[in-house]
Amino acid sequence: MNTLTLAVELAYWQQTTLRAVIGLVAVLLPAGTLVYLFLFKMMSFMQSRLGPMEAGPYGSLQLLAEVGKFLQKEDIVPAKADRVVFKAAPFVVLVSTFLLVLVIPGGPDLVFIDVDTGIFLALAVSSISVIGILMAGWASASKYSLLGALRATGQLIAYELPLVLAVMGVVIQAGTLNMQGIVMAQAQGEIFGFGGIGSPFILTQFLGFAIFLIAVQAELTQPPFDMPVAESELVTGYLTEYSGMRFLMFFIGEFATAGIFAALASTLFLGGWYIPGLDPTDNLFNVIGPMVLMGKIILVSFLIFWFRFTYPRFREDQLQTLAWKVLIPLSLINIVVTGVLKVVF
Amino acid sequence: MTAATDAQQRAYIAGQAADARVNVELETEGMTLNIGPQHPATHGTLRIIVRLDGERVVAAEPVMGYMHRGYEKLAEVRTYPQVTTLINRIDWLGSFANEVPFILAAERLMEVEAPPRAKWIRTALFELSRIANVVLFLGDMGVQLGAVTPVFFAFRDREFVLNQIEAVTGGRFHPNFDRIGGLKDDLPKGWIEETKGVLDRIRTFCDEMEVLVAGNEIFEARTRNIGVIPADVGLAYGMSGANIRASGVDWDLRRDSDMGLAHGDLDWKVWTHPDGDSFARYWVRLQEVRESCTMVEQCLDGIPSGPVMAKVPRIIKVPAGEAYVETENPLGIMGYYIVSKGELVPYRVKIRSASFNNVSITPWLLEGVYVPDVISILASLYFILGDIDR
Repeated sequence: MNTLTLAVELAYWQQTTLRAVIGLVAVLLPAGTLVYLFLFKMMSFMQSRLGPMEAGPYGSLQLLAEVGKFLQKEDIVPAKADRVVFKAAPFVVLVSTFLLVLVIPGGPDLVFIDVDTGIFLALAVSSISVIGILMAGWASASKYSLLGALRATGQLIAYELPLVLAVMGVVIQAGTLNMQGIVMAQAQGEIFGFGGIGSPFILTQFLGFAIFLIAVQAELTQPPFDMPVAESELVTGYLTEYSGMRFLMFFIGEFATAGIFAALASTLFLGGWYIPGLDPTDNLFNVIGPMVLMGKIILVSFLIFWFRFTYPRFREDQLQTLAWKVLIPLSLINIVVTGVLKVVF
Repeated sequence: MTAATDAQQRAYIAGQAADARVNVELETEGMTLNIGPQHPATHGTLRIIVRLDGERVVAAEPVMGYMHRGYEKLAEVRTYPQVTTLINRIDWLGSFANEVPFILAAERLMEVEAPPRAKWIRTALFELSRIANVVLFLGDMGVQLGAVTPVFFAFRDREFVLNQIEAVTGGRFHPNFDRIGGLKDDLPKGWIEETKGVLDRIRTFCDEMEVLVAGNEIFEARTRNIGVIPADVGLAYGMSGANIRASGVDWDLRRDSDMGLAHGDLDWKVWTHPDGDSFARYWVRLQEVRESCTMVEQCLDGIPSGPVMAKVPRIIKVPAGEAYVETENPLGIMGYYIVSKGELVPYRVKIRSASFNNVSITPWLLEGVYVPDVISILASLYFILGDIDR
């Protein structure tokens, strides 16, 4: 499995352009889909309203309208803000999002970089966004922003741990940190000798899957873990002073990260780009793999956004209690049990 | 923090202060945070200055008056029938209930009494406006705690109540329907049956909220033992309405005094809760909406026939004298003190609105809680800014 090998020979600049375009699509397409499908439509249906209906059929062009609106808005920097840091913060958050997409495979040959420590890299770069959030909160020169950023930092550090530990079980079972390896382990796995559907790790790692989703919810600072942007108390936390393009970047970052974490979850627990019944080495998966992955992303995101629109938020101390006293011990137990069973079977 | 008594609370704060003096090196400066006057959680323009130590509130001070509209003074240059237009706007979510105590006070001075049919319709509208008011609270409490969905349900179902109020009075928010000596009009045809359907919707809404909001574990964790008001402290601060009933005080003017409405003829129950925390306030209001539904239903079944207006002079001159009438409004006890010198306009009108007293407890209540709880406690006290500032 090589890195994005193509049938035709392309010059270096052509390859680079192609990679950049595919990277943008891989980040923006899930983000746009999630915003339209869940934030606009599902949320509206849950709240007995229709959501956007005017722009395009069923409001499908509402996204373009929103982006256009944000582009037209003035990019306001508060008078007392630390201008350089304030302006740089959204980029730091977006960098983390774009780095995450590097290691997620969309097919047997469709991956940007096929490193041996793929999942390790993904979890490491996912925490870069904390720095961006802290920069935004500090540089805004607003008390609400500062409180929001500090809450975000405390929360993201706390939930980084269950996130990593939940993945550990999968890594033990697959025997590799490589993302392609994890997909292959699920595609070629067997359940008590029955290999018809492979062995998606959600069946054995359901506890890990639950912990992973909860931790992802917290990493995304979505309800019930949206203390950092709690709009009823901190206005919008670290986003308060941002407007126009820079707010849009935070917004894209939020939903793109949601999509990518959903992709991570589907790769780790649901078999990634593989669907049962076909040969995982088949070249066909280079074509339908991304679509299968997208379907699984939507499935997992549905869960994520379902929680988002249903629950009230925790208080900061309750949120920390949940991470340190419930999720981390549970994920440690999960690792121990997985390890024992791995040795037994 | 749960404070059982005033003394315990003060001892705790003294202890905190002593700790701070010992750990001089660790003492940080603290931060003053202005929550409001423009803030998503204040339903208007309440400003609360909180002194923070980390996320813990050291001192809180509400600043009122950003929305002061001078209704007491304005009432002095308006004839009695004109005043109801103004006072509609005090508690804008349950407008009809604002008119009732003023009209009752004026009626007492004029020594006229509304005919029975008017009294019963008044009671029905009074309770409908309570439903319109409190239903919004039941959803809004979710928003203040981060759950955005319930409030849409609240707005959806409140719409039906407003439709019924509009069908009778012609106004959704500002009915201006109550008259000295009775009501402007009789009920429209078919209204009673329609209203019964609406009451069923509201009952369904209450069941939904009981599961969706009150039954949610996170909601319970955020409201149980948060913002506990002991009964004696609450009474000392002049709190009333569901806020004080949630502290276990069994006190409801609809039952305990003759308000001049038909509540005495109805079969209903006053709900109280022993805990006095935010959850209790939510729960009591939820039960009260259900109880209001029962009351309206009984009103609809039992409205006597007859005129809706007593014999009053065409030009209303209220005889000289003073009268104070208070009623159990959606937000608590609302009273009007009217001084008349026998002219077309009142000489002085003093409005006792519930929210003003209910909010005055905040400096005591918010000491030592976390910032997120400030919001949930304020939401559970349920004030309307128009009702504070008048």
